[in-house]
Amino acid sequence: MKTIFEEHAPGRGTEYLPSRKVDLGAFLPAAEIRKELPLPELSEVQAVRHFTGLSRRNYGVDNGFYPLGSCTMKYNPKINEDTARLPGFAQVHPYQSEETVQGALRLMWELQQDLAEITGMDAVSLQPAAGAHGELTGILIVRAYHEAKGDAERTQVIVPDSAHGTNPATAAMAGFEVVHVPSDERGGVDVEALRLLASEKTAALMLTNPNTLGVFDERITEIAEIIHAAGGLLYYDGANLNAVLGHSRPGDMGFDIVHLNLHKTFSTPHGGGGPGAGPVGVKAHLKDFLPMPLVTNEQGHFHLSYDLPHSIGQMRSFYGNFGILVRAYTYIRALGGAGLREVSDDAVLNANYVLSLIKDHFDLPFDRIPKHEFVVAPPEDLVRQKGVKTLDIAKRLLDFDFHPPTVYFPLIVHEAMMIEPTETETKETLQGFAEILCRIIDEGRENPDYVKSAPHNTVVGRLDEARAVKQPKLLERLGG
Amino acid sequence: MRFTPHTEEDRREMLRQIGASSVEELFSDLPEAVRLDRPLHLPEGLSESEVAQLLADLAAQDLDMGRHVSFLGAGAYDRYIPSVVGEMLRRSEFYTAYTPYQPEISQGTLQAIFEFQSLIAALTDLDIAQASLYDGATAVAEAAMLAWGQTGRERIVVARSVDPQYRAVLRTYAHGRGLEVVELPLRDGRAAAEDVTAVAEGAACVIVQHPNFFGLLEDVDSMVKATHAAGALYIAVSDPISLAVLRPPGAYGADVAVGEGQALGIAPSFGGPFLGFMAARQEYLRRLPGRIVGETADKDGKKGYVLTFQTREQHIRREKATSNICTNQGLMALSATIYTTLLGPEGLRQAAALSIEGAHVLGDGLGRVAGADLAFSGPYAFEVAVRSRAKVADVEAAMLKAGMLGPLDLERFYPELPGYMLLSVTEKRTTEEIGRLLDVLQGVEA
Repeated sequence: MKTIFEEHAPGRGTEYLPSRKVDLGAFLPAAEIRKELPLPELSEVQAVRHFTGLSRRNYGVDNGFYPLGSCTMKYNPKINEDTARLPGFAQVHPYQSEETVQGALRLMWELQQDLAEITGMDAVSLQPAAGAHGELTGILIVRAYHEAKGDAERTQVIVPDSAHGTNPATAAMAGFEVVHVPSDERGGVDVEALRLLASEKTAALMLTNPNTLGVFDERITEIAEIIHAAGGLLYYDGANLNAVLGHSRPGDMGFDIVHLNLHKTFSTPHGGGGPGAGPVGVKAHLKDFLPMPLVTNEQGHFHLSYDLPHSIGQMRSFYGNFGILVRAYTYIRALGGAGLREVSDDAVLNANYVLSLIKDHFDLPFDRIPKHEFVVAPPEDLVRQKGVKTLDIAKRLLDFDFHPPTVYFPLIVHEAMMIEPTETETKETLQGFAEILCRIIDEGRENPDYVKSAPHNTVVGRLDEARAVKQPKLLERLGG
Repeated sequence: MRFTPHTEEDRREMLRQIGASSVEELFSDLPEAVRLDRPLHLPEGLSESEVAQLLADLAAQDLDMGRHVSFLGAGAYDRYIPSVVGEMLRRSEFYTAYTPYQPEISQGTLQAIFEFQSLIAALTDLDIAQASLYDGATAVAEAAMLAWGQTGRERIVVARSVDPQYRAVLRTYAHGRGLEVVELPLRDGRAAAEDVTAVAEGAACVIVQHPNFFGLLEDVDSMVKATHAAGALYIAVSDPISLAVLRPPGAYGADVAVGEGQALGIAPSFGGPFLGFMAARQEYLRRLPGRIVGETADKDGKKGYVLTFQTREQHIRREKATSNICTNQGLMALSATIYTTLLGPEGLRQAAALSIEGAHVLGDGLGRVAGADLAFSGPYAFEVAVRSRAKVADVEAAMLKAGMLGPLDLERFYPELPGYMLLSVTEKRTTEEIGRLLDVLQGVEA
């Protein structure tokens, strides 16, 4: 498809604003005024067709099944889109006085309370803009907590080898050294190895539970004891909370800090790469370290409180991705507590169902009851003898109009394929997906080259990623 | 209201296939000690009609800028957004997609980001741009981290005339890396090159906003010179609408340009979601945080787009990554791309020009207001910083009574500026509305 730069024709633009002529020279020094502004000009119809055309070259949850492990691509309810656009939410300025935004503040306060209840935490900040941003908030709280105790020697953050890449990247951004703890043969944290790593240098352990293999670490209480005994804090990466809503809470597992991904568990759309929201919850002893401001409730009057003497400060401008908070709040109110528990029931049921349908066709690195997602690998003979790899299977899935699972993650499983169906899919969809997946394995044995050259039905074939780096073209300019 | 489709019959059949007797059995590996043995204490679920009413009632408790005339700006703007923007953003092929990990079925998102990068590079007049950051504040902080990574120097210099929200976030991020933040003092509302020279030695970067938080033009040329003389990077912070009419960062020698993109077709939404952007000179490509999209081709030579230079990023480089950012503000970048495409160069210039003209109608009009003066001297745009003899709280109350929102009390962020306030004018404000504001200001008792 042509780019907006290729569609440019001078003078095509539409008038959206009053055409009154302004003499800028009356207000600005001539030397400061910009001469050239090389931006494309398109008519409104051209622009509409251009962006509609782009949308047709995209695939979202509304197009079909999206079992992208670790990303919780559940259906995004449309009512959320309507409520977030209500003028009382969308057309409100962040510097309006508190008495003019009581509705927005009440919503935020209630959401703080709800997320605290769901996670078993005592206080929640809604400020972080995404999961990784929540992680940074949490690990800066870890840092501030130890600093406040005068404990400057705690320089290490322990991260499992199965962790999301954001965990070690976050620890480094907060100035910590990253120490890796291996997984054991059951796919959980190697507790004996952890015992050896935990020390007076330990600031925190970052953990996802269920972890990135989709299995619940049943030794979590023991893990928490080891870290707490060493004087460290336990950090919960909430990427997989969709598995345990109403069943188990990070706060009850022994975690001190948790971040949530509202764009995963709480149904807000991912937007093709954000915006998300990554609220952070903490136990009472860490409340004073939360970012500012928090929303407080004084007899039905809602305030933005900056009264947090040990606060890590501010993590972004204003109060958070408010529009995303409205969507998550809408979802929680629609479902209620029982509905949320049913979400996890069906998310886990669906994952187990898909696994049961495909397990004879794949290798299972860890044969356990998965939670909301699971990890498999293509059979070894297919990979070794036919050269058909996970990437090929993923690309072949595209031909059947399915979004592929997450591939090559977690790093500890060779040729990993991580499947997360989510709770919103029907039995028929899951069956259809499982059938195609198994058929692709059979096809790989019979006609490996066809699978290896997939996809065959998409608008472009496999793209040359090496060329994108060797001959970089990262933008276009008017006139080429 | 539920979005789970299974009937009891479905569940029974699925459990039979799995070989489990109940859903509970699938949770049997959760130790007793960590199980929640009670229902979540949350309100009962609601039907769609009930939840729609609940949210409508909450929203109705807020005063919105549709029914009130807003003179609030200071980093978040009430600008006109063409209908097309909202219409296109609601195409769910865009908004229900994940990060474009599978390029063959994500060419829409990828090309849109490529176009966004191109527009940001054109607006800032720099060589490269990335796919978006959370907001202007975190973009400033990430730019400082880039400069630290590039120079290995641990001092960050920032003008006090930079948006206080941005400086607050910069301090939080800098503390994580153990970096020192030094502020350039206000000189008649601006930063001064002499002050840069005094502290820039050994600094990683100097961060200056232009026009600054008070809407004043900074003397960027002399500050770029002083910054480069000290071997530091110059980081320019700008409002993208201002770039339609003012000399861009690339032209005056900035190394990195960052800013808040909310003004490009994004609703104020009580402060978020917004859009951080970052552009830079070519040499900093491998230090940029976050996603970058590049053009390439498939085996038949057909053009396509992919996420590229990913060895900078957390999922590959882990603790050695340039940033931990993963999810960014993709849909907001799309919004900015659509808005900028629709307005084009003439529309963007007009948005800027009408706003600047309006700000001067207000600024000049202060001459007839007894208790209020322009706070600082020199050229200004978009924002009008005012010194008021009446209490700012009284001004705010009087404006609210007249159906207006504003001003921002500057003392909140600048204790040295008591009685100072900021009013902002966009292209949406009419001369008549500005006249009414002046009447209100005239009427407030000192």
